[in-house]
Formats: sequence, structure tokens, C-alpha cells
Amino acid sequence: MAKVIEGLYYAESHEYVRVEGEFGYIGITDFAQEQLGNVVYVDMPEVDDEVEAGEEFGAVESVKAASDLFSPVSGTVVEVNEALEDEPELINKDAFENWIIKVKLSAPEELDDLLDAQAYTKICK
Amino acid sequence: MSDKRTCLYERHIQLGAKMVSFGGFEMPIQYTDITDEHVSVRTACGVFDVSHMGEVLVTGREAERFVQHIFTNDIAGAPVGKIFYGMMLHPDGGTIDDLLVYKEGDERFFLVINAANIDKDYAWISEQAKAFDVVTENQSDLYGQLAIQGPKAEEVVENVLQLPCQELVFYTFKKMDVEGETIIISRTGYTGEDGFEVYASHGLIQRMWDKLIESGEAKPCGLGCRDTLRFEVGLPLYGDELTDELSPIEAGLGMFVKVDKPEFVGKEVVARQKAEGVTRKIVGIELEGRAIPRHGYEVVADDKVIGHVTTGYNSISTGKSVCMALLDIDYTKLGTPVEVRIHKKLQPGVVIKKRFYDKNYKK
Repeated sequence: MAKVIEGLYYAESHEYVRVEGEFGYIGITDFAQEQLGNVVYVDMPEVDDEVEAGEEFGAVESVKAASDLFSPVSGTVVEVNEALEDEPELINKDAFENWIIKVKLSAPEELDDLLDAQAYTKICK
Repeated sequence: MSDKRTCLYERHIQLGAKMVSFGGFEMPIQYTDITDEHVSVRTACGVFDVSHMGEVLVTGREAERFVQHIFTNDIAGAPVGKIFYGMMLHPDGGTIDDLLVYKEGDERFFLVINAANIDKDYAWISEQAKAFDVVTENQSDLYGQLAIQGPKAEEVVENVLQLPCQELVFYTFKKMDVEGETIIISRTGYTGEDGFEVYASHGLIQRMWDKLIESGEAKPCGLGCRDTLRFEVGLPLYGDELTDELSPIEAGLGMFVKVDKPEFVGKEVVARQKAEGVTRKIVGIELEGRAIPRHGYEVVADDKVIGHVTTGYNSISTGKSVCMALLDIDYTKLGTPVEVRIHKKLQPGVVIKKRFYDKNYKK
């Protein structure tokens, strides 16, 4: 059974946002990493790139396939998780701990459109 | 049209395999994890259900002359028990399919073809056969097929399946009587490791599969690692490195095309390509970073698209991101710097031989 953490915001495309002040940490959910299998590469944007809610910002890749990443919120990338460059498999170890990008939120009201833990659990099937 | 199922379908489901559509069949892509399965074949032994492959039997007085006519490799004077790899070509040199030819007798040949091409191939073979004194039979539905692959394959086939196979040399086969039927066992495969392929009735293939799985000596392996394994040793997959529009010379498989043979369909074109060169060719590319080049991605040099990726992976055995790609001939020299467009970014790499891991055949 995939883990879902209370207090995070979830997108139906299986990314999460952990909000800390004006920043959001974006990654893929435990359910998503289970579905994907062993992650062998994470394609990430660069610092200062703009991301937009619902738009693609990178990809997580298993041996066989690349899955696009969609940003749940809009903002500016302030940090990428560089540890994933050498150890993409960290996402399989703990998807919630190993976020992919940190953004400065430009439209925090977008968070209202996302799912809470309870609602997200229902779509993890 | 719904996909066909092999005689081992129920067993794949019971083992929890993830199933995908491949070549008109519902096939297991993985049971546990592609990487684990891949490593098992490189280091020990894996078993694949390859019952989706097609089989065509050619018999008759002119069987050898007929096979010579449709096949690029040269089977003249071969002993019974010998296997050849080669292609069937269109008159324009494009590849209809790549296949194995098993010589069962002077007037009897067993052709093993790709699942996705069974209908196309058999239509072509039947049409060509009209001019020869031969009988062709599509036996694809009669056979199940297992591939037992890896450095421990010989031990597993001898001990678990109780089939003596030690003396079989690479690319030969023999027929054996097992449980009252005649089966074919060959020292062949599609992984770059030592191994065997067994052709038998559905019931016998099911019983052999059960023995192998119950023994724990052969790990069930899916098409996912079959592709990563064949890719690493530079073996082509029809649809990626060979197509109706691509000749085996362009695919870098000229050694299986014997243009000194008197005659075969497509010979004129491929003989000219061998003599005068080709305008595009499949080569290997190794990338500097870990970004993964995949089928269809563009290859760029001098600010223009010079080709596309046919198959690519982050190689499980070496950890490097590598691909095979069909490139404009001007960029195919070893060491040529090229870039692959991956998720909008250009990733730098260099042209290398299309063999990313050394084969480990027992010859």
C-alpha cells in the first residue's frame, strides 16, 4: 500500500507539493514511484527556470520509459535536488523525502485546486 | 483486433507479471524488475517465454534453392543441424524480416520469424514459393518456445530439464524425443549470453516452464530485459534497427548478407550498397551524461538533424547512457561528436561501435 502523507498538496498526475512559507518542494508521490519501478534518471529544470501549474517541467525515467513531470503550482525554481543526479534511486527509497525541485510560489492560491491526503488516497488505485 | 496469448499466459498472470502488447501478443514485460532480471541473465540463468515467435516449415525437392532465394545468408553445403541468421529482403533491399534458418535435412528447413511479422512473412514466403517445387507451412500456432539464457543455462537445461545439451555448439540444434514427441533444442538466443532455445508442443512447454520455475534455478524474465540484453550486445530488433525501408547494410549487418551468392531477392541493391557505400548507417552513440536517449529522439550535429535514435538505454551492465542511431553517413565515423535531443535539451555524445557490452557465447 502506497504511503500518503497528511499536510501535503497533491496533483492528480501524482506529484506533491510540501509548502514551507513562500516555497514549495515538488516531487512525485510514493504511489507514482511504485508504479514507475526503479528510477534510473531524473530530468530536472535549472535554477531560475519558471514552472507553471499543469505544465511539464521534467521527467522521471525507469529503464523502459520516461514519464513527464507536471508542476502542481506556478513559480520560479530556486533549487533542484542535485543528489538525484547521481542517485536517482533515492526516489524509490523515499519519494516524499527526496523532492525534485524547490520553487518560490508565484500564485499560492493555486494550492486550493490541489487534493488533500484524503482525496488523493482515493485516486491511488 | 485483440492480442493473442501464448500457452504460458496463465502462468505469467499467476507470477504477477506486468503484461504488455507486443507483436500482436499479450506478453510479460517484467515479473519483478527489469534490472534484476537483466542481471540474472548476465550472471546466472533466466527463462523467457518466446512462444510468440513464428515458425515456418519449408520442405520439398527445391527447398534449399528456395531458401537461398529468399534469404541473405548462404546455406549452401551446410550440414544438417546447422542454424543461420539472416534476412529476407524486398527487391529494393528493404528488410521484410530477420530470421533464423534451421537445416533439418537437405529438403527440409525450419524458419523462425518475428511475431509481429508472421502474417507479412508468410504471405511473402507463400508467394515466392509458387515458382519452386516446395511446400511451405505456417506452424506458428503449433509450437511453444522457451529461451533459457545465461552462463548457467547449460547446467539448468541438463539438470532441471534433463536434456543433454553439452555437446551442442553455438548456432546448431538437434531433435530429441521427449514424452513421446519430437522437440527441437538449439544453442541460440538473443541476450549475448550462452543459452538454448526449445521448441515443443504447448503442453510440453508448459511442463518445462513449471519445472524451471519450481526449481528456482531459472528466473522468469520478461521482454523488458530481453530488449536491454540484446541492445547491450548490439543485436537488432525488427522495427527499431531493421524495417521495410532499411537494408541490412544500412543496419550494419553486412556480414549476414552474402553478395557472392548466385542469387537472392534484393541482391542487386545490397551488392551495390556493399560496393559503393550507403548514405546512412546505424552506429552506436555514448552520451557524456545520464540522460536517456530513446527510440525516435533526434540526433543533431552542425546545427541540423542528422538522424534519430533507434534504441537507447542507460545500460544496466555498464551504467552508461548509450544508443543505436541511424545517422547520415557523414557522421558515422567512430569518434564523431554528436548531440541527442532529450527533453528539449541537447546532450553531448560521441559515435562508438554499436556494441556496448561484450558477448559471452560458448563456441
